[in-house]
Amino acid sequence: MRREGSPWQGLGSVLLKELADHFDSARMMLLALLMVLAAGVPLYSAIEQLRTTTSEDPFLLLKLFNPGGQTLSVVAILGFVIPVVAIGLGFDAVNGEHNRRTLSRILAQPIYRDALLAGKFLAGIIVLAINLMCLWLLVVGFGVLLLGVPPSGDEFIRSLVFLIISIAYAGAWLGMAMLFSVLFRSPATAALLALGVWLFMTLLWPMISPFIAQLVSPPDIRYQLLGVLDPQTAAWQQGLSRVSPYLLFEEAARSILTPTTPSLGPLLDQVRALRGEVVGAALPLRESLLIAWPQVVGLIAGAIVLFVATYVVFQRQEVRA
Amino acid sequence: MSEPVITARGFTKRYGEAVVVDSLDFDIIKGETFGLLGPNGAGKTTTILMMLGLTDVSAGTVRVAGYDPVRQPLEVKRRVGYLPDLVGFYDHMTAVENLTYTARLMGFARDVREARIADALARVRLLDVAHKTVATFSRGMRQRLGLAELIMKHAEIAILDEPTSGLDPQSTHEFLDMIGELKHEGVTVLITSHLLDQVQRLCDRVALFRGGRILMMGTVPELARQVLGAGFVVDVEATAAPGKELAARLGAIPGVTTVKQTGDVTYRLTADHDVRAEAARAVVAADGALTRLSVDNPSLESIYTRLFEKQAATNGEIRDAA
Repeated sequence: MRREGSPWQGLGSVLLKELADHFDSARMMLLALLMVLAAGVPLYSAIEQLRTTTSEDPFLLLKLFNPGGQTLSVVAILGFVIPVVAIGLGFDAVNGEHNRRTLSRILAQPIYRDALLAGKFLAGIIVLAINLMCLWLLVVGFGVLLLGVPPSGDEFIRSLVFLIISIAYAGAWLGMAMLFSVLFRSPATAALLALGVWLFMTLLWPMISPFIAQLVSPPDIRYQLLGVLDPQTAAWQQGLSRVSPYLLFEEAARSILTPTTPSLGPLLDQVRALRGEVVGAALPLRESLLIAWPQVVGLIAGAIVLFVATYVVFQRQEVRA
Repeated sequence: MSEPVITARGFTKRYGEAVVVDSLDFDIIKGETFGLLGPNGAGKTTTILMMLGLTDVSAGTVRVAGYDPVRQPLEVKRRVGYLPDLVGFYDHMTAVENLTYTARLMGFARDVREARIADALARVRLLDVAHKTVATFSRGMRQRLGLAELIMKHAEIAILDEPTSGLDPQSTHEFLDMIGELKHEGVTVLITSHLLDQVQRLCDRVALFRGGRILMMGTVPELARQVLGAGFVVDVEATAAPGKELAARLGAIPGVTTVKQTGDVTYRLTADHDVRAEAARAVVAADGALTRLSVDNPSLESIYTRLFEKQAATNGEIRDAA
């Protein structure tokens, strides 16, 4: 049976109202502050480090985001903090309306549920995008000011691509937070579970997945004797690790931001070494994009799948309190 | 009879095995005030949500203001104002901001919006707190703000779900007056409640609802005749001259079905109309002294109680038989 009328009716109104709510809220201020502070520390140390090596590196701007080596990078911190901000924005999106008893009143207006959900999701994405863009501008601005080297066009585009990747990453976590806000009537439960998933994906999974990979496909003794990774085990390891959006984000960011060492895990490095490529040479932008493409698509697809799941659950949910 | 604005035929809602609303048939006429009465969990709110297209209809059809809420929910919701029980507003926003949001969702242009909101707030006497956040509002004020929303929408049909639950007597009184004003403007009002005296005061027709079924529907006197039988109960307190049998004389009055002596000098008559005048005449004719004469108006409360007692009794019998 077809329903009549546009599912987008009222979307603009919902979007504007949600945006206004976000910008007015103390929660938003706190989350933005958290993001800036968290990114400030690694940025500062990166700048300190780069000052000594300014003349040697052709990709200074990118080094600001990801200095490489053991130093804590802006990328790693963002990989950690973006989910918290996204969860903070989304965990009470729908159950909050339920608990304030506004849901049935709003849905009694001439709009479909689609508009309410999409409006909330879009508002969240826009807020996250604005935050990330400000952060990006801060990093680039500080880089130019403190290092005194203008970025090249290539670097600029790469850093913009990184911005887009981080927005996609934020979208995936926002989708999950909103799914939980539909599934659980209590915002506290939704927030705790979302944070639980976040901890699991960012801290535990990177530690567990190699073990699982070794269990599923034990490495061949011949490879072990040669001191290299069994390609099959490595493939499993990589495949499993990509379940976590955190690792997807890291991989994508790494391949975009470090053109000189786009190390993609032991397997690909071995393959590329065998093909006679020089691991460590700077790749052109196009190649870096191609390498990061699957990860970016994965993140966007994750965001869409989570949103669709949220949509389906929400459509079937009873509105009465 | 004028045209119906809500028509339901075989209107049913099932959750798995459980039937929450069981094949309802009813018509609500344009401009009337219709009361839906029943205990909690009788399926009143579910019925309302189905009429708004907010929950799926399992079987049957319903037309609201000429539209099918299953397929044209937007058209229905544009014409129907719904005030849920314990209505909620965004606490951090002011009364005006809350209504502005609704008005935007309705798609009103800016100038229409502002005029209508000011008008609606004035009608529910909230104009002086229009720019205060709703967090500071009392329960009664929130409820009035909910009503302002319906007024602002220019709803043809107002559906009010338990609108006076949790209000103090003063606010209840004010609120009912405001509903009365809506009715005078020709708005069709559908109201659910379990506060019977209010419904009786306000409604043209009522439906008694239980276990997802309409047990009975009609005006209050109609229901009284059906449920309470004869309908009029007259209490007579009188002494008769010795030798004149008062009970027999009272029983002889046309229309009286039973006479019961409830005390030394008190009698209770049940009749199909108000027989006070005849009863007085009978007492006088018997040279008696009439000390008290009163009639019980059929109250919705007594109808309701009696009906559900009967129901419980029948159910009990069925259970015993099984």
